[in-house]
Amino acid sequence: MPEKGMPKYGSHTEKEGKVMTGAQALIASLEAEGVEMIFGYPGGQAIKIYDALYDSKILKHVLTRHEQGATHAADGYARATGKPGVVIVTSGPGATNTVTGIATAYADSIPMVVITGQVPRRAIGTDAFQEVDIVGITMPIVKHSYLLQDPEDLTRTVREAFYIASTGRPGPVLIDIPSDIFTADIEFHYPDSTEMASYRPTVKGNAKQVRQAVSLLKQAKKPLLYVGGGCIAADATQELLEFVDMMQVPVVTTLMAKGAIPCSNPMNLGPVGMHGSMYANYTMTECDLLIAVGARFSDRVTGKIDSFAPNAKVIHIDVDPAEISKNRAVDVPIVGDAKGIMANLVAEAKKQGLKPAYQEWLDTIFAWKEAHPFYNPGLTSEFDAGCGICGNPCEKNGVRWISPEGSLELLSDMLDPMESIVVTDVGQHQMWAAQHIHRELSRTFLSSGGAGTMGFGLPAAMGAAAAFPEKTVVCISGDGSFQMCAQEMATCAINGFNVKVLLMDNRTLGMVHQWQNLFYDNRFSNTILDENPDFVKLAEAYYWQAEGVRDPNELEGALKRLLAAEGPALLDMRICPAENVFPMVAPGAAIDDIIGAVSVGDISEMLTGGKE
Amino acid sequence: MSKHILSALVENKPGVLSRVTGLISRRGFNIESLSVGQTEDESLSRLTAVIEADEVAYEQITKQLHKLVSVHKITDLTDESVVNRELVLIKVAAAPERRNEVIEIATVFRAKIVDVGKNSITIEVTGTENKLRGILNLLRGYGIKELTRTGTIAMPRSMKATDN
Repeated sequence: MPEKGMPKYGSHTEKEGKVMTGAQALIASLEAEGVEMIFGYPGGQAIKIYDALYDSKILKHVLTRHEQGATHAADGYARATGKPGVVIVTSGPGATNTVTGIATAYADSIPMVVITGQVPRRAIGTDAFQEVDIVGITMPIVKHSYLLQDPEDLTRTVREAFYIASTGRPGPVLIDIPSDIFTADIEFHYPDSTEMASYRPTVKGNAKQVRQAVSLLKQAKKPLLYVGGGCIAADATQELLEFVDMMQVPVVTTLMAKGAIPCSNPMNLGPVGMHGSMYANYTMTECDLLIAVGARFSDRVTGKIDSFAPNAKVIHIDVDPAEISKNRAVDVPIVGDAKGIMANLVAEAKKQGLKPAYQEWLDTIFAWKEAHPFYNPGLTSEFDAGCGICGNPCEKNGVRWISPEGSLELLSDMLDPMESIVVTDVGQHQMWAAQHIHRELSRTFLSSGGAGTMGFGLPAAMGAAAAFPEKTVVCISGDGSFQMCAQEMATCAINGFNVKVLLMDNRTLGMVHQWQNLFYDNRFSNTILDENPDFVKLAEAYYWQAEGVRDPNELEGALKRLLAAEGPALLDMRICPAENVFPMVAPGAAIDDIIGAVSVGDISEMLTGGKE
Repeated sequence: MSKHILSALVENKPGVLSRVTGLISRRGFNIESLSVGQTEDESLSRLTAVIEADEVAYEQITKQLHKLVSVHKITDLTDESVVNRELVLIKVAAAPERRNEVIEIATVFRAKIVDVGKNSITIEVTGTENKLRGILNLLRGYGIKELTRTGTIAMPRSMKATDN
C-alpha cells in the first residue's frame, strides 16, 4: 500500500532494468521516488552524483551558497509541501555543514533525506582527505542513517530512507555513500514496496482508548484542545475543525501548530506557553481535561511542569509512543495518526450523543481574553529614541520608533492568508510573529521550534518560494539571525526566488538582550550589534531590491513596496532595542505566572481555582 | 532507582551498538554491564544491558530504543522468571602454601581453576550476580590481581510443566 503523502515511486520509470553506474542509479532512484527538487552543493566525493544529475530531465537542483542553507531550504520545502526535502552534499566539511540543518529538522519532525558523498570504501577509516564519520556525528539527530557498503543495496536503501523519513513521526534520514559505489555497475531496479520487520509505525488508534477518551470528555466541564505540529504532519485540520465545531471546545496551539486551526476560528486561543497570551495560559492552567494532539509538552509550553494544568486529566494523541507520559503523566494515551484518531473521536462522540456543554467555561475564557489581550500600541512604539534603557547608543531626537507588534499586525492584514507563506527566523521577532501574524492554513507558517535555529529563516523561505513560486513568501527575520545565513541572498537572486525579507532590526541579539534586561540586571554582555552592516546596501550588492524604514508614518508604504517588488526584496525596519516580547513566563516558572501582560480591569475574581 | 536487565534483539550490523549505547548515555544513564553476541539467526544480535534507573526513566529508555530502526525487539528481563548468568575470570594472589585454601573456595562455588602460576591462581566462575559477589568477597582477602567479567546475559525461563 502506498503511504499517505508519498509521491509515486517504484518500478514504473523508463530506467527500470537498465544497467548504469551507481551515481546514475542514485539519480534514477530519486526520480522514481517522485522527487522534483534537490538542494545541495557539490564537492570531490559528490562530483559523480553531480555528473549524473547533469543528464536528469526531471530533477531540479538548487545550488545554495552553504550546505547549511541547503538543509534549511530542503526543510522549508518540506514544511511548505509536506513532501520530504532532499539534500546532496559532499564529504567532510560539506557533510558537517549539514549538521545544524539536520538537527533543526529532527527537532521539529520534518521529513528530509540527506545524501552525503563519502571517501571510497577502501579509504574509510584512514583519515583520508575530507573524510569525516558523518554517520557517527549525526547519530543522535537523525531518525535513521545508512553507510552504504554495497552497490546492490543502493536502490533499496533510498526507498527505505524515503519511507522512514515520511512515515510515522517524520524526521531526517541520512545516506552516506562512498564514492567508489558511484562508479560500480548496477542493473537498476527500484522496489515497489518496503518491508521492514523492525519499523512498523502505529497508525490506527485503539478503539477502546478512543471510547475512554470520549467518556472523559463527557465528564469534563472545562476541556481544552492542545494542538501541536503533529496535526500539520498528519494533515488533521479538517478532522480537528469537525471536532471543535461539534463540541465547541477551545483550542490552544503550539508554535509548530500555527495554521493547523485557522486563527479566525473563535475557538482558537492561539499561542500558549512562554510567550503565549495570558488567556491561553490561564485556560491551560484551569482546564480539567487536556486533549493533546500531536503535541509533546515541550518546556516552552509547560513552564514549570509540576504547576502545568494541575487539575487536568490528560488525553494524549501522538504517533510516537515515546512521547506518551514523557513529560506529563497521561490518563488516556492514544498512539497513532492524528487525522484518523480525530475522526474516530468525532464518530464516537456522535455515537454517544455528546453535545457541547461548556458555555460557562467559554464565557470565563472570553472574559479573560477581553481583559488580557496581546499588547498592541498600533504602529508607533511607546519608546522614544535616546531613552538609554537598552545600553545601545542612539540619537536623542524625540522621534518615536515603529512598534514591533503594530508593524506585524499591519503586515498580517496586508497578506492574503490563502496565497502567502510566512517564515520566521529565531528570536524576539519570531515570538512577535507567533503572536501577531494570523494564519488560516496549515503549512503557511514555518518556524524553527524545537531547535530554535538562528539562520533558518532566509534559506527556509527560499525552499518555500522554490516550491510555490506563485505565492508571496515573507521571511520575518532579525538582524542577528539574518546574518547567520545571509549568503543565501545570492541563491534567491540567481534563481529568482521571490522572498520578501522583513528585517526587524534592533541592533541587538534581542531575545538574549531581553533576558539580560529582565533577569541579568541590564548587564548586556555581547548582545549589542552596533557595528551592523548597512543591510540595504548588502541586499543591493546581491541584486535585491531594498530600502530602510524608521518612521512609523512611512511603514505602510514601505511594506506595500516590499510586497509588490519583483523578485527578492528586503525592508530594513528599525525598531527600538529596548522593546521586549510580552507577555512572558520566566524560564522555570509556572505558565500562569506571567510578567508584562496587559490587564484591562481587575481579574483576580475571574480565576476559578487551581491557582496559588 | 532499581536495576533492570534489558534485552534487545538488534540488527547484526556495524554501528548498531553505538546507536543503542549512544541513546542510553544521551539520556543520562549509565550502563552497568553490557554483552552482545550473535543469535540463532545470524542477521540478528542479542544485546543484554544492566541499567540502573527508576521506572519512569526506564520506560522512556525502552520506548526510545524501540524507535531505533535497527532495534527489532526489547524485552525486560528484570523479572524473577529469567535465568541470568555472568562469567568472571579472577586472578588471585596465592603463594604455594595458600593455594589449597583458594582451591577449596573455588570448589564450594563450583568454579574452575583454569590456570596456576607461581604465585597466583586463575579461577573461572559463572553464576548470578549474588553468587559472584559471594566468591569475590571471599577471594578479596587473598588479593585479587586481575579481574574481568562478561556482563550479564539472560533468558526467560521455559513454562513449567505444572503451569497452565
